[in-house]
Amino acid sequence: MTKILEVNDLHISFHTFSGEVQAIRGVNFDLNKGETLAIVGESGSGKSVTSKAIMRLLPESNSDIKSGEILFEGKDLTKLSDKAMQKVRGKDISMIFQDPMTSLNPTMTIGKQIIEPIVKHQKLSKAAARKRAIEILELVGIANPEVRFNQYPHQFSGGMRQRVVIAIALACNPKVLIADEPTTALDVTIQAQILELMKDLQKKIDTSIIFITHDLGVVANVADRVAVMYGGKIVEIGTVDEVFYNPQHPYTWGLISSMPTLDTEDEELYAIPGTPPNLLHPPKGDAFAPRNEYAMKIDLEEQPPMFKVSDTHYAATWLLHPDAPKVEPPLAVQRRQRQFLDIKEGK
Amino acid sequence: MAKYLTQRFVYMVITLFLIASLTFFLMKIIPGTPFSNASKLSEAQLSIMIDKYGLDEPVPVQYANYLLNLLKGDLGVSFQFNNVGVTDIIVNSLGPSATLGALAILFGTFFGIILGVISALKQNTWVDYSSTFIAVLGKSIPSFVFAGLLQYYVGVKLGWFPVAFWRGPEYMVLPTIALAMFPLATASRFVRTEMIEVMESDYITLAKAKGASWFEIAFKHALRNALIPVVTVLGPLVVSLMTGSLVIEKIFGIPGIGEQFVKSITINDYPVIMGTTLLFAALFVVVILIVDLLYGVIDPRIRLAGGKK
Repeated sequence: MTKILEVNDLHISFHTFSGEVQAIRGVNFDLNKGETLAIVGESGSGKSVTSKAIMRLLPESNSDIKSGEILFEGKDLTKLSDKAMQKVRGKDISMIFQDPMTSLNPTMTIGKQIIEPIVKHQKLSKAAARKRAIEILELVGIANPEVRFNQYPHQFSGGMRQRVVIAIALACNPKVLIADEPTTALDVTIQAQILELMKDLQKKIDTSIIFITHDLGVVANVADRVAVMYGGKIVEIGTVDEVFYNPQHPYTWGLISSMPTLDTEDEELYAIPGTPPNLLHPPKGDAFAPRNEYAMKIDLEEQPPMFKVSDTHYAATWLLHPDAPKVEPPLAVQRRQRQFLDIKEGK
Repeated sequence: MAKYLTQRFVYMVITLFLIASLTFFLMKIIPGTPFSNASKLSEAQLSIMIDKYGLDEPVPVQYANYLLNLLKGDLGVSFQFNNVGVTDIIVNSLGPSATLGALAILFGTFFGIILGVISALKQNTWVDYSSTFIAVLGKSIPSFVFAGLLQYYVGVKLGWFPVAFWRGPEYMVLPTIALAMFPLATASRFVRTEMIEVMESDYITLAKAKGASWFEIAFKHALRNALIPVVTVLGPLVVSLMTGSLVIEKIFGIPGIGEQFVKSITINDYPVIMGTTLLFAALFVVVILIVDLLYGVIDPRIRLAGGKK
C-alpha cells in the first residue's frame, strides 16, 4: 500500500480577541491510495480544521499553521506558494462540503461551475470540457444532463445539488477527495443514496477519501479506517472493525455506548457527561480526563502518548500503559468486544 | 415575459396619470397664479393662455382640458418665453443634463465597484481604509465643492480641460467627475459590504477549493452576487442625476433641465412645472422597470415568473 497523504505533528492555532485557540494540537495520520479514512469527533474537535488545512482553505487573516507538515506525494503542502496551491486544489485534492444548499454559486449555471476546474486544470477546450461535464453529470446520476447543464442551482433539489458538488469535486479525477460531512444536511434516504454514489465512484476513479463526519453509522458504512478526534488530537485510530468492536480509548467507549444498535432495548441511551475542553486554555494532561470516569491521576498531569494495540490500531490513553489497572469498559463495548473475538475466530 | 411587460406598462400609465393629476391639483393649491407675473406678459400672451387653458374656467374643467391636451401630446406653452412650447424646452435642455448624468453614473459606478471590490478583498488594510476615506469624502462633500476645486486646479492651473460651457466632449470631463463622486462613493460602500459577506459564503470556499485564482473568485464568482443592492440604490440615483443637477449646471454653465425646473417653480410657470414633473416621473417609472429587469439578469432566482422554457 502506498501512502498518498501524510500529516505529521500538525499544530494549528487561531488568533482571536480572547487569545490563541489551539485548535489542532499535534495530529498525525496517513492516507493510503484507494482507501477511505473517516475522521470522527464532536463539534470543535478539529476535524474540519484538519481538512481545511490540507486544502489550505483556512482564513489567512487569523489562522496559523504553527508546525508540522502535510505531505502530498512527498511535497509539503504547507510550504507551497498560493499559485502552486491553486494547481493542487481541484486537480489533485478536491473537497465536498456540508451544505449543498449553499455551496453552489446561485448566479452561475451548473454547467459553468463544473467546467471551470476542467478548463483550468486539464486545459481542455470549452467544447471538450462540456462533453466531459455532461459525462460526469451522468456519472453522478443526474438525468437529462444536457438540459440540466444549462440550469441554475435553485432548479435542483438538495440531494441533486450534492450530486453536482460531487461532480465538481470529481471533474478532474482527484487523487484525494475530502468530504466534510457531505450527508449531514440531507435526509436519511438521500444520505444513503449519496453514500452509495461515493463508494461507487471511488471504485471507478480510484481515489482516496478522507470522510469527515460525526455520524458513526455513516462511518461504519463507508470507511476502511477510522480516526477519532478529541480536543484537537487524534485519540484513537484503527481499522473500522478495530475501532467499532475493540475500542480502547474511554472517549471512543463513550461514543460507541451512546449509539443505539439493533440490540438496544429499553435501556436509556448513554451520554458522555460534560462539555468539550476550551482550547483557549488546553488542559495539561489528557483533554478528555475531566469527562472520563476511568481517569487516573496521571491523566490530569501528562498527555498520554499513542499506545500500539495492533499494527493498524493505536490509542492515546494511559489505560494501555503496562502499569495501568485493568478496567471494565461499558457494557455496550464489552458486547462489541465479544462480537469482535467472534469475527476474529471466524464464527 | 410579454404578459409581464404589458402589465407593467399598464401600471406605469396609471402611475403617470395619478402623478399628473396630483401635481395639477397641488399646483392649484399653491398661492399665486401665473397672473402674478402679468406685468411680464404681453396682452397677446394673456389672451392665448386664457383661450388655450381657460384659466378662468372652474378647476375641474381646466383639469379635463389639461388631460385632453396631454393625451394629444401637447404640454402647453411656457409663460417665461414668448410662445415657446414646453416640449421644445424639455427637448433642448434635457440633452445636456441626461448626457452629463449618464456619464457621471457610468464613471462613478464603474470606479465605485472596482474600489469596493478591492477594499473588500483587502479588508482592514491601508487600501481599505483609504477607499473608505474616499467614500466618506465623496458622500459628505457637496458636488459644488468638487466642482470649484476641479475648475481651479485642473481647469485653470493645469489647463487640461475647459472650465465651463457645453461645447464638446472635453467640456464634459470636469462636470462628470464632480457629479460622479456621489455615485462612486455610494457604489463603493455597498459593493464593499456585500462583497465581504459574499466572500464568506460556502460557494466562494468551493470556488477556492476548485483552484480558482483570487481574480476569478472576485469577479467571476463574488461580484455578481454582490451587485443586487447596488442596483437597487443606483436606480433612483440614475434618475436624479439624469434629470439634472441645478448646482453643477450653474457652476459649469451647462444649459440643462435642472435650471429650467427650478426657475419654472419660482415663477409659477405651470406648464413647465407640469411638463418636467411628468418627464421626471416617466423616467423614474422606466428606471424602476429597468432595475426590476436587471435583478433577473443578475440573479436567475429572481427571474420573472411565467418564464417557462
